[in-house]
Amino acid sequence: MTERERSHTYKFGAIVLALTLSMITAGCSKKTPPPPPPPPPAPTVAPTAPSARATINSFTAEPSTIERGQSSTLAWSIGNATDMSISQGVGAVQSQGQRQVFPTATTTYTLTANGPGGSDSRSVTVSVGTPPPPPPPPPTGPRLSSSDILQQQSQDAYFDYDKSDLRSDARDALTRDAGLLKQIFGQDPNFTVVVEGHCDERGSAEYNLALGDRRASAAKELLVQLGVPADRLKTISYGKERPQCTEANEECWQKNRRAHLSPGQ
Amino acid sequence: MKKIIIFGSFALALCGLIYSQVNISGEIHKTGEKPKIAVPDLRGVGDAQRLMATFNSTLSSELNNSGQLNIVPKTSYPLQIPQQPADFRPHASGQNQGTWLADWSGPPVNANYLAFGYTAVQNNQLVLYGWLYDVAQANTTSAQLIGKVYIGSLDEAGARKVAQDFAADILKQFGAVSLIGTRIYFVSDRTGHKEIWSMNYDGSDQKQFTSYRTITSFPAVSPDGAKIAFTTFPLLASSRASADKLRSSIAEPRENLGQPQIYMHSLETGRKLVYYNQQASMNAASDFMPDSRHLLIYSSAGGGYSVYMTDLDGGSIRRITHSGSIEVEPKANPKTGADIVFVSDRGGLPQIYRMNIDGTDVARLTTGEGEAVNPSWSPDGQHIAFAWTRGFEPGNYNIFVMDVATRDVVQLTHGAGRNENPVWAPDGVHLVFSSKRGRATEIYTMLANGTGVQQLTTQGNNEKPVWSRATQ
Repeated sequence: MTERERSHTYKFGAIVLALTLSMITAGCSKKTPPPPPPPPPAPTVAPTAPSARATINSFTAEPSTIERGQSSTLAWSIGNATDMSISQGVGAVQSQGQRQVFPTATTTYTLTANGPGGSDSRSVTVSVGTPPPPPPPPPTGPRLSSSDILQQQSQDAYFDYDKSDLRSDARDALTRDAGLLKQIFGQDPNFTVVVEGHCDERGSAEYNLALGDRRASAAKELLVQLGVPADRLKTISYGKERPQCTEANEECWQKNRRAHLSPGQ
Repeated sequence: MKKIIIFGSFALALCGLIYSQVNISGEIHKTGEKPKIAVPDLRGVGDAQRLMATFNSTLSSELNNSGQLNIVPKTSYPLQIPQQPADFRPHASGQNQGTWLADWSGPPVNANYLAFGYTAVQNNQLVLYGWLYDVAQANTTSAQLIGKVYIGSLDEAGARKVAQDFAADILKQFGAVSLIGTRIYFVSDRTGHKEIWSMNYDGSDQKQFTSYRTITSFPAVSPDGAKIAFTTFPLLASSRASADKLRSSIAEPRENLGQPQIYMHSLETGRKLVYYNQQASMNAASDFMPDSRHLLIYSSAGGGYSVYMTDLDGGSIRRITHSGSIEVEPKANPKTGADIVFVSDRGGLPQIYRMNIDGTDVARLTTGEGEAVNPSWSPDGQHIAFAWTRGFEPGNYNIFVMDVATRDVVQLTHGAGRNENPVWAPDGVHLVFSSKRGRATEIYTMLANGTGVQQLTTQGNNEKPVWSRATQ
C-alpha cells in the first residue's frame, strides 16, 4: 500500500464515523434543532506524498509549414505527469519523445498532460499548403534550331554577270559557311542543307536555269573541299525564278547573282 | 463538167498565187505585193442589222490581221454595193456604178478580189450569205471563188462566229492557215504561282491549265496537239502544310521545292502522264519533234548542260551535244526534223547555233555580238525568230527574224521594252512573244514584219508563249 492509498483509507474512515454520529443524533433528539452538518474535512495532503503539478516543458512541430505529402515532426518534453496524450489520433505518449505526422490539411495538435499535482496542455499547428508550380529551368540562353542558326549566320556567295567561278569574296563567305556547317552538322546529325543557285533577271530564263545550277555546284564543290560532307548538301537552281530583289539596277542584280544556303528537309 | 474545168483552172491559178505568197512571206518586207481585197460593209435584213457592226469589224480585223491581204480603203469604193450575184449587171464602161466586176478591178479601187453578201434572220438564227469574187474575171460565173451560207446564233457571239468562218474561208483561198481555233499556251503568275494557261489566238477565253502551286514554266506543245510538256519545281510533300501557311505572305515564299523536272500532260484529258526524269539536278523540257513522238530536253544528267532526245515517257534517252558548256533550248526544224537550233555559251556569251539531229556540223548562226536566245522555227523551216540584245544593254532583248540559209536578219522590235520568247503562229505570218513594256510582262502578237502589234494579256505577269499548231 502506497502512502497515497493509505491517506485515502483514513479519509474514508473519518467520513463514515461522522455520518454515523449524525444519524444517531437526528433520530434521538427531535426537540432541539440539529446543528449544521460539519464541513467535510479539508483534504489534507499527506506530508509524506509528493503533489507536484504536471508541466509541459516543450511541444514543437518541425517544420511547422509543410506541403501536402510531406511530414512534420512533433517533439515534446513533459514533467510530473501521470498520463499524457496528443490529439488528432496520435494517442498516448511518453513524457519525452517525438512523432512524425503526415497531415493532409492544416492541423492543430494538442498535447495534454495530467499529473497528481495538476494538468497542462499546449498546442502546435502544422500548416499544409498545395505545392507551387515547378520553378523555371535555370537560364541557359535561348536554344536555336539548326535552321535558325543557318539562316542567321550563313553568308551568300556572290557572282559576276554570266559567271559561275568563285570570286575571292565568295570564297571567303563559303569558307566561313564551311566552318558553320561542320559545327551544325556535328550537333545535328539529321540536318541537311540545300545550296541554291540564283541569277539576275537579264539572262534568259532557260539559260539561267543552267547558270544557277553551275553556281550552286561551284559553291557546293568548295564546301566539300573544305571538309563539309557531300552527302549532307543538295543543290538546286532557281535560275531567275526567285529573285530576292526586284529592281532593275546593278545593286539589286548583284544581290540576285548568288549561291544561298537554306535548310533541307 | 464545165464548172469543174473552170474550177480546176482557177485552182491552178491559185497555186501560182500560193507560190508567190510563200515567196512573199519569205521576203518579209515586200508587203506591197499582197493581193488587194475590197470588203464593203455588209448589211442585214430586219433584226439582223443590229449585229452588223460587230460582224463587219470582226471580218475586216480578221482579214487585216492575217497579214496575207491588203484591204482597199472604203473611201474609194463605188456608190452601189452588190449584195448578191443577181446584183451584178454589165453596163457601159466609165459609169463605175459598182454593179459590175470592172467597177472593182479598175481605178480607183484597183482591187483583185471583192467580198460581199448579206445577213438575215431565219429560224431565229443569224444566216450569212457570203461570196468572194475574183474581179479580174470576165463574168460572174468564173469570178466566184466562194459562195456559201454561214449560220450562227442570233447574238454578238454568233455575228463574230459567222464573220470568222467567212474570213477563214477567204484566207484559205490565199493559202493562209487560219488561226481561228488555235490555242496559245503560256505561263502566268496571276494566281500567285507560275502556272500554265491557254487562250485563243486573239487573247479571248483565258483558262488555267495547271494547279501545281509552285514554279511551273517552259511549256512545249506537241505538233499533233495531243500533249504538253513543261518544267516544274515539284513541291515536296513534307512542306505542303508550311507552304499553305505561308501562302498569305507571298513576299518571300519559303516552300521546300525539288529540283526542276519535266512533266508531261495530255491536252485531251488534262491528266498527268508518266515521264521518267533523268537523275540530275536539272531537267527541262524544250520542244517536241515533228513526229510528236519524241521530246527534246536539256539536262545536267551527264555533266554540263546538254541537249538530249527522249521518248514521250522519258525513255530511250539519246545525248546530242557533248561540249560541257551550257546548251539549252533545242528546237527541231518542223519541216524536216533533221536539224536543231539551240543556245550555247561555248563561245562565251549565249548565242544561237544550228546542228544536225545527231549533233554533227555545229555552226553558230548569230554573229557573236550580245546575247542571242529563245530560237523558234517558222512552220516552213526556213526562218527562225529569236531574242537578241545586239546593240542594247544586257537584258534588253529585241525580236529578230533570220533566214537560216542566208543568215540575213530583220529586227522586228526596236527597244520598246524587253522582248522575249518569239514563237511562230501556225500561219507562218504571225509571231507571239512576251514583252515587259510597263511594270508587268505581257503577251503580244504581231506580224512577222513587226507591224500589227496586239496585246493579249493584262492580268499579272505572262510569259513563255507557245502556239499550238493543232486546233482544239
